[in-house]
Amino acid sequence: MAKLILQNVEKRYETFHAIKGIDLSIDDREFVVFVGPSGCGKTTLLRMIAGLEDITGGDFSIDGVRANDIPPDKRGLAMVFQTYALYPHMTVAENMGFALKMAKVPRDEIKAKVAHAAAMLQLDKVLDRRPKALSGGQRQRVAIGRAIVRNPKGFLFDEPLSNLDAALRVQMRTELVKLNKQLQTTMIYVTHDQIEAMTMADRIVVLHAGIVEQVGSPLELYNNPANLFVAGFIGSPKMNLLEGVVTARDDQHVEVKLDDAGTVAVMAARIAVAPGTRVTVGMRPEHTALVSDGPIGGVADFVEHLGNETLVYVKRPDGRQMIVKADDLAGVRMGDAVTMAPKGDRSVLFGPDGKALLRREFHLH
Amino acid sequence: MKPTASSQIVFGVLAWIAALVMFFPILWMIVTAFKTEGQAIAIPPLILFAPTIRSFVDATANAGYLLFAMNSVIVSVGSTVLAIAIAFPAAYALAFFPTKRTEFTLMWMLSTKMLPAVGVLMPIYLGMKAIGLQDTRIGLVGLDTLMNLPIVVWMLYSFFKEIPGEILEAARVDGIGPRQQMWHLLLPLSGPGIASTALLSVILSWNEAFWSINVTASHAGTLAAYIARFSAPEGLFWAKLSAASVLAVAPILVFGSLTQRRLVRGLTFGAVK
Repeated sequence: MAKLILQNVEKRYETFHAIKGIDLSIDDREFVVFVGPSGCGKTTLLRMIAGLEDITGGDFSIDGVRANDIPPDKRGLAMVFQTYALYPHMTVAENMGFALKMAKVPRDEIKAKVAHAAAMLQLDKVLDRRPKALSGGQRQRVAIGRAIVRNPKGFLFDEPLSNLDAALRVQMRTELVKLNKQLQTTMIYVTHDQIEAMTMADRIVVLHAGIVEQVGSPLELYNNPANLFVAGFIGSPKMNLLEGVVTARDDQHVEVKLDDAGTVAVMAARIAVAPGTRVTVGMRPEHTALVSDGPIGGVADFVEHLGNETLVYVKRPDGRQMIVKADDLAGVRMGDAVTMAPKGDRSVLFGPDGKALLRREFHLH
Repeated sequence: MKPTASSQIVFGVLAWIAALVMFFPILWMIVTAFKTEGQAIAIPPLILFAPTIRSFVDATANAGYLLFAMNSVIVSVGSTVLAIAIAFPAAYALAFFPTKRTEFTLMWMLSTKMLPAVGVLMPIYLGMKAIGLQDTRIGLVGLDTLMNLPIVVWMLYSFFKEIPGEILEAARVDGIGPRQQMWHLLLPLSGPGIASTALLSVILSWNEAFWSINVTASHAGTLAAYIARFSAPEGLFWAKLSAASVLAVAPILVFGSLTQRRLVRGLTFGAVK
């Protein structure tokens, strides 16, 4: 149970402005993911919420109470660290029960809570082991278990899966989401991996250089990136971004003459953009097709067969690369000359300032 | 270039000679301790003689060796316990809650060790006299504690730096206060480091001679003061002085060699990871 509100929150170091005024409201039981490239301030922001870093400007409140100056141990939050930060000299059971023991909770109650959490996390068979005798995944679970037994208002995760191997990471991802539903608790999760963000979040907060670039659901960010940064960051492989000039517009479309290519039409009913404006057209690889006589040309530089799909890396005349997600039976080979066309109803338009010009309504089929 | 067999022999011999030259005075002291006073001053020096423990008996019987030895134990152990009790929370704060002044504070503490002790002999001597701590064990325990405190803080600080800060941060977020962190986490996690620090502090305190000689007399004197008494105005008694010296350094030599491995490991803890 925790609603967290950040108002113009800042972090200034002596010579560095790490967090430049962040406004954010996190609802009770929400699973929010902070994502961004390294150095964007996401971990700093999480540590400020935890109380491990001072907030140097703005207000932060937990359930309506200003929490800027509340020490970390009084905030009622639990944190899971990237390195797990287990107590190496204690067994799994002692690790999980330590905070309760220090809070003078009766021994039977501690035992019951630890047993309950251990069962939930499949740790019941390793309760007597020390952390060094555990696998990475088990250590991760102990760190989560240590947080669960305290029944905190909210969980803070700092890149908790980045030390695990790929298969385990996928498994833990779903387990964490399930845990969020099961425990009905607010969770904030920091990662640099946009796939983790997309798969786990109720809402994603994209951070870049100490500011929030966009906040939204995974599909909102995918379909309506607010600016070029988010467009390039969310989605894998990356969105193709091609520059050009608006040549015409009617009620339904904006026509853009791309540099070094032909004209593409972007469906856009309600935006005001005058002919002559320089724009960037964003087209995701999966929304770009290989067609004969398409407006965008190039040479297939590299073809990746993934089985269910084929990624074609096309080198354009200006030397830049474009990626197209094609059918596995497309039959394109390296060195083939190809032409491409974007899906007009899925392309995104960005103005000269890099901000999105239109906001797409998307309807589920 | 790989050393050849002959150069290895040459260097080996040179190293042994250097070691023997340096060790010779101590060896000679040990040998002298087993001579009579007459043999001790014989010229040319006697190499072969019938060893006697006469000097040891004299040195211990007349001069109250046991009292001084007991004082050495009390002062070195007492000042070590006190110094660690004070330095532990200090090093905790310095290592885990650094501020802009942390580095300066550490350097300043170390800089106090650069002051020549004799420079502050008068104020400390008069001060101790004024509050009645002159020639008391408590007074000397306090002095040795303060003398060793900077080094003890520094050593504990560097051991604490080896502990991942996230372990204590996790504890902080989990609602565990500073005292509980120190007692339940820091103490067990830095056990070997604390042991090395304590060993060094005991050795430094045991070997400390300047203050012991200057602020104590017959009640609180340590073994350092005990040796000094043998170079008395009534003349030098080489054999007894040697025997007393052997008795003073023997305990700490035995202690040091027993704990050598731990001590070396502790001192290089941060350097070779």
